[in-house]
Amino acid sequence: MLEARLLEEKLAALYRSGKIVGGVFLGRGQEALSVALGVHLRRGDIYAPLIRDQAGRFAFGDTILDTLRTYLGSSLGSMRGRDGNIHRGRPSEGYHAMISHLGAMVSTVCGGLVAKRFRGEKGAVGATCIGEGGTSTGSFHEGMNMAAVENLPLIVVVANNQYSYSTPNDRQFACSDLLSKATGYGVAGHRAIGNNLIDCLAVIGEAVAAARRGEGTQLVVADLLRLVGHGEHDDASYIPEAMKKSPLGRDCLELARQSLIEQKWLSDDEAGSWHEAVEKEVEETASKVLREPAPDPSEEDWNAFASPSLGRNP
Amino acid sequence: MSSITYLEAIRLAQLRALKEDPRVFIYGQDIGVFGGAFKATKNLAKEFPGRVLDAPISEDAMVGLAIGAAVEGMRPIVEMQFADFSTCGFNQIVNQAATLHYRTGTPCPIVVRLPSGGTPGSGPFHSQSMEAIYAHYPGLVVMTPATVEDAYTMLLEAVELEDPVIFCEHKFLYYHLKAESLPATVGEALPFGKARIARPGRDATIVAYSAMVHEALAAAEELIQDGYDIEVVDLRTVRPIDTDTILASVARTGRLLVVGEAWPWGGVAAEVIARVATEGFGLLDAPPQRLNAKETPVPYHPALWGTHRPTASSVANSLRQLLEL
Repeated sequence: MLEARLLEEKLAALYRSGKIVGGVFLGRGQEALSVALGVHLRRGDIYAPLIRDQAGRFAFGDTILDTLRTYLGSSLGSMRGRDGNIHRGRPSEGYHAMISHLGAMVSTVCGGLVAKRFRGEKGAVGATCIGEGGTSTGSFHEGMNMAAVENLPLIVVVANNQYSYSTPNDRQFACSDLLSKATGYGVAGHRAIGNNLIDCLAVIGEAVAAARRGEGTQLVVADLLRLVGHGEHDDASYIPEAMKKSPLGRDCLELARQSLIEQKWLSDDEAGSWHEAVEKEVEETASKVLREPAPDPSEEDWNAFASPSLGRNP
Repeated sequence: MSSITYLEAIRLAQLRALKEDPRVFIYGQDIGVFGGAFKATKNLAKEFPGRVLDAPISEDAMVGLAIGAAVEGMRPIVEMQFADFSTCGFNQIVNQAATLHYRTGTPCPIVVRLPSGGTPGSGPFHSQSMEAIYAHYPGLVVMTPATVEDAYTMLLEAVELEDPVIFCEHKFLYYHLKAESLPATVGEALPFGKARIARPGRDATIVAYSAMVHEALAAAEELIQDGYDIEVVDLRTVRPIDTDTILASVARTGRLLVVGEAWPWGGVAAEVIARVATEGFGLLDAPPQRLNAKETPVPYHPALWGTHRPTASSVANSLRQLLEL
C-alpha cells in the first residue's frame, strides 16, 4: 500500500512536470482493497488488474522499476513504449495487460481458467477488478454469466467508488445494492469495507479461498471513495465535500497505519523508516528510468503480427 | 470416394485439429450435442468429450474466453453462429486479440469462424460479409476460402498460426460446392497467404475471393463466346493480401476488375485497386474497375438479394464494359 501510494505521488509529480508521455490514473484511497486481492494471489494464478490497482500489482509481483518504465515510456519496460501507464502486464506469466474497454478482462480471465482446467491444473484461481461503472457494461455481464455457467474459480472485485469518472451512482445503476448482482448471476457474494485493510484482507481472503476450494465464482463489492480525480487532469470537483468528510472518504492508508500502531504491530519509528525506505527507492528508480532511452521509431519493426511470415506489407 | 461438401471440409478440418492437437477446443452457440446451426461440428462433441463446448449467447465473452485460453497455450476455435453476430464480439477481436502481441509480445493464436455472406431469404442480419472490417485492423489474419480444398487446409493453417485468424467461410458454398477428396498435406499446393490463379487468361484479370470466385469463373466462361480469355485470381486470404500475384496477373492482361460480395466503401476491392493503382499504374491499359454489392443492407427477398450481390451475369456485364475502355 505504502509503495503504491508513494510511487503514485511521484507519478503525479512527474506528470505535473511534464515528464510522463501519457495520462496518469491513480488509486489513492483504493490501495487497501487492491492490495488485499494481490496478496491472496500466488504464482500460477491469473490476475487482470484495472486502473486503480497499483497496490495489487505490487502484491502480485510487479515492480517500481517496470511501473516507472511504462509510465515514462522507457524502451526497456515490458511494454516497450507500445502501450503505457496502467495498460501494463506480462500475460504469459498470468499478469494480464488490461485494455481500456471496461469489463473485457472478465472473460479473458475466464479463458485462462478454462485452459488450466483443460490441463488438469487444480487450485489456481483467476481474479480481476472493476469499478461500479464497469458493471454497467455488456462485457461485464457476459463475463460474469459465463464464469458462473462454467463454475470457474474467478474472483471479481468491484470497487464502488461512487463516481464513474464524474458520473454519480444514481446515473449509473438503479439497483439498491450492487451485491444483489451476485444473486442474479448465481455466484457467491461478499461485502468488504473498502477503506478498511483488515476487513478487505479477511473478506477477499475468504473469497479467494472459496474459489480455490472449488466453490466457483465469487463477487466482492466494496464501497469506498477515490481520493483523487479520475486522472491527474481531473480535480474531482464533482465529489461533494460532505462525501469526502464522511466515513467513506477516510484514507485507507492512514486507517491501516493507525490500526497497526494500535495493535502494536508497528511503531511510529518503524512506520517512518518504511516510508523513508520506499521514498528512497522510488526516487532512485525514477532518476534511473528518466535517463533510459525512449523507443526509437527507426528501430521498431512496425509489425503487429506474431507469425514470422507476416512481417512486411501484410 | 463420396463427394465432400465445403461444410463437411470445415467439419473434417476441425475433427483433424481436435485429433492431432490437444490444445484445440471449439467454443460456440449450439455447437455441442446439437452440432451447430449449420452442423459444422456434427458429432464432434461426442467424439471429443469436453472439447466442443456450448457457449451462452455472449459473443464478446466467447472471444474474450478464447483470448485468455490462447494466452495460456490453448488453440481455441470460436464459432460465431453467423458472421453478422461477430459485431457483438467486435471489441474483443479488434482491441484485445489484434493488439495483444504488439503490446505485450504474447501471441494470441485464436480462430474465429464466421459463417459469412448471403443466401436467399436470409435478410440483413444473417448475410453479411465482414472481411473488410476485420482486415482493417493490423494484427488480424483474414481468410476467405473459395474452394472445398481451401476450406479444409486453410482452417488447419489457421489453427497453426500464431496470430488471431478471422475465418470467413461462405454459407452459400456450404452445401453446393463439392470435391472428390481432400488434400492430405496442408500448404502443399499453395503456401499460406498466396493467391491462386483460378483460371488463366490474357485479356483481363478478375480478382475475387470467397463465393465471388465462382461468379467470376462463370462470367469468364460466358466471355469465351465474345472471344475473350479472362484470368481469375482467387485471393484466398484478404489479409495478408498477395499483391505480387495480383500485379503479375495485371501485367499479363492490362485490365482489372475486382469483385466482392461486400459493400464497396473502404472494402477489399478498394484496397486491391489502390495497390494496383499505386504499385502497378503503368501495367494498366484501362482504369481499374470494381463490382460490389449495392449500397443498402442485404435485402430479404430472393429477387432483391439476387440483384443486390454481384452475379455471373453482372460480372460479365462489367467485364464487357472494362474490355471496351
